[in-house]
Amino acid sequence: MQPILEIQNVSKRFRISHQTGGYLSLRERMVNALKFEKSSIEDFWALDNVSFTVSPGESIGIIGRNGAGKSTLLKVLSKITPPTKGKIISRGRIASLLEVGTGFHPELTGRENIFFNGSLLGMKRKEIESKFDEIVDFSGVEKFLDTPLKHYSSGMQLRLAFAVAAFLEPEILIIDEVLAVGDAEFQKKCIGKMEDVSRSGRTILFVSHQLGLVNELCQKAILLESGRLLQQGKTPDVVDHYTQLYNTDNTFAKALVDEAKPYSIKRIRSLNANYAPASNFAHDESVVLEVVFFARQLLRNTHIMVSVNNKIGQRIFSTDLPLEQMRVFTDAENRVSVTIPRATLTPGNYSFFIALHCPNTAGYDVLDRVCPIAVYDNGSEFVQYENRWFYGDVFVNCKWDYKSDKDALEQ
Amino acid sequence: MAEVYEDVIDSSRRGLFNWKELWRNQELFYFFTWRDIKIKYKQTVLGFLWAVLQPLLMMLIFTLFLGRALNLPDQTLPYPVYVFSGLIIWNIFSTGLTNAANSMVNNALIIKKIYFPRLIIPVSSILVAVFDFLMAFVLFALVLVYYQQPVSINALVYWPASLLTSIMATLGLGCWLAALNVKYRDFRYVIPFLVQVLFFLTPIIYPASLIDYPYLQYVLAASPMYAAVEFFRFPLTSVMANPTLVYISLSANALLLLIGVVYFRRTEDYFADLA
Repeated sequence: MQPILEIQNVSKRFRISHQTGGYLSLRERMVNALKFEKSSIEDFWALDNVSFTVSPGESIGIIGRNGAGKSTLLKVLSKITPPTKGKIISRGRIASLLEVGTGFHPELTGRENIFFNGSLLGMKRKEIESKFDEIVDFSGVEKFLDTPLKHYSSGMQLRLAFAVAAFLEPEILIIDEVLAVGDAEFQKKCIGKMEDVSRSGRTILFVSHQLGLVNELCQKAILLESGRLLQQGKTPDVVDHYTQLYNTDNTFAKALVDEAKPYSIKRIRSLNANYAPASNFAHDESVVLEVVFFARQLLRNTHIMVSVNNKIGQRIFSTDLPLEQMRVFTDAENRVSVTIPRATLTPGNYSFFIALHCPNTAGYDVLDRVCPIAVYDNGSEFVQYENRWFYGDVFVNCKWDYKSDKDALEQ
Repeated sequence: MAEVYEDVIDSSRRGLFNWKELWRNQELFYFFTWRDIKIKYKQTVLGFLWAVLQPLLMMLIFTLFLGRALNLPDQTLPYPVYVFSGLIIWNIFSTGLTNAANSMVNNALIIKKIYFPRLIIPVSSILVAVFDFLMAFVLFALVLVYYQQPVSINALVYWPASLLTSIMATLGLGCWLAALNVKYRDFRYVIPFLVQVLFFLTPIIYPASLIDYPYLQYVLAASPMYAAVEFFRFPLTSVMANPTLVYISLSANALLLLIGVVYFRRTEDYFADLA
């Protein structure tokens, strides 16, 4: 089968002029022409020799850091800006949603905006007319259809905008993080719609920072870094590679050991299940925290406590171990590690509190907010709430029971 | 699949215009024009009446002040009819040019987020001016009746020709300025000035015969709207201007159209990066 989209050695160059501000003015042009020296222009390659192909029906996630070239790639694919080098062959109707509600005008009514926006997105007038009722139904703004858009709440505008886009029927759909807005209920509706689109055999290219969502919606993914295509393949592998790539060394180490303290912490780092240093974890991966401490003298009733802080520094939970339970040597580096079970921490950023202490009496060495780690969603049941609804810092396996009045009657 | 078309974006080959693509997007011409007309008259009490009132008021002002002061020699037309006929065809150019020149910048947000042939934007903004013209034309007919002005049957040829010539003039200069405006915002300030100068250089409110120097007449005929105005008045006066002057104007018109459209096309691809 022929690929529906072929991207061949595509590069895109932007010229950064160091003299002008935002845009050129004629005066500057003329002044520059009179000068002998060339104005300093720097080339910036937003895309550098990117090639890949997409088969019909595939959903492809495009991931990478900010500035990696994701949006530029989408713009080139949607023909908004031409590539500097290379060639793109597409075999199907492309619709791109780089934002929802493009061309919405505040003075026009909801009805008028549906028609104008739909037409911009490439729908024929007859198509819009035939889907009009469904669009209105999906948006839930039928009462305000003949009210100018400027009187809509921002949520209503968004719903209307997405409703139009949802009824597009292109062969290739290009989406740029448009889902990152709106209330939770509406988001669910949108994601459901996207799943429908991908299930109906259409091709989707989807840019997102929400790794969980990419994981859920796309079977394949490509990873961009500084305009280059770093990896392509199955989504979990690419997401894995991506998170490994940005595993920063978060080791906390003290160069000097305080001689006066009976116990002092020398080093703390986080490891993955294979005991390799890591700072990015999938939510279903266990997190290992390794603490190395130095003991000058052994004191009775000494505990080591590790607590997890959430991103605003609140303590979520702690774990405490009396040192009597392990063998501790004086004048030596003692290594202790604690494992946080998989699927405990919800996606987000965390740091640690570590204390070597005598409970309620003395703190020999205390460190707070060290060793930051990030947890990303690898397809949890809460993925739909990602970045939209804060559902807590920990996953807890709860038991549900259900009973109805009618149960008793039927028995 | 009913329709499978292959679309190739190739950085090394770029044609002039993709006519097939323009044809495919014909509805967008309509929707952009429709939107601009709607927005133009939203929240106005008089609505479309403004399209008629503007040239009418201008006609009254020019008749009251200029018509008397100029002390025009033997007129074949009553001065109000003369001014009105010039004004309504001129307004296509002045409104259309101003709209078109600012159209790309005004629609920058759309240009950055979605692709369609960019030519649709300036063309639609000119069509808005044509719509105003058609509204004003109704009033023009009433003015003709009021002054019992005979109209030659050749109006059926000359009026459409005049309309077409003025659209061409507006499109050429409009596209050029629209593209330049995206690159250099200086042109935003040039446009009103340019329209004003051309207004006085084109025989709208005074007859070209008022100018004594024949050489100057040749220069003034280079105004792309000269021929359009002459065409529009011909069925009323039955006096055609010097054919040489008309040819000069038409050539200037065609040249501007070519320059404007080619320049627009050459910079079109980069609008999203610059806007």
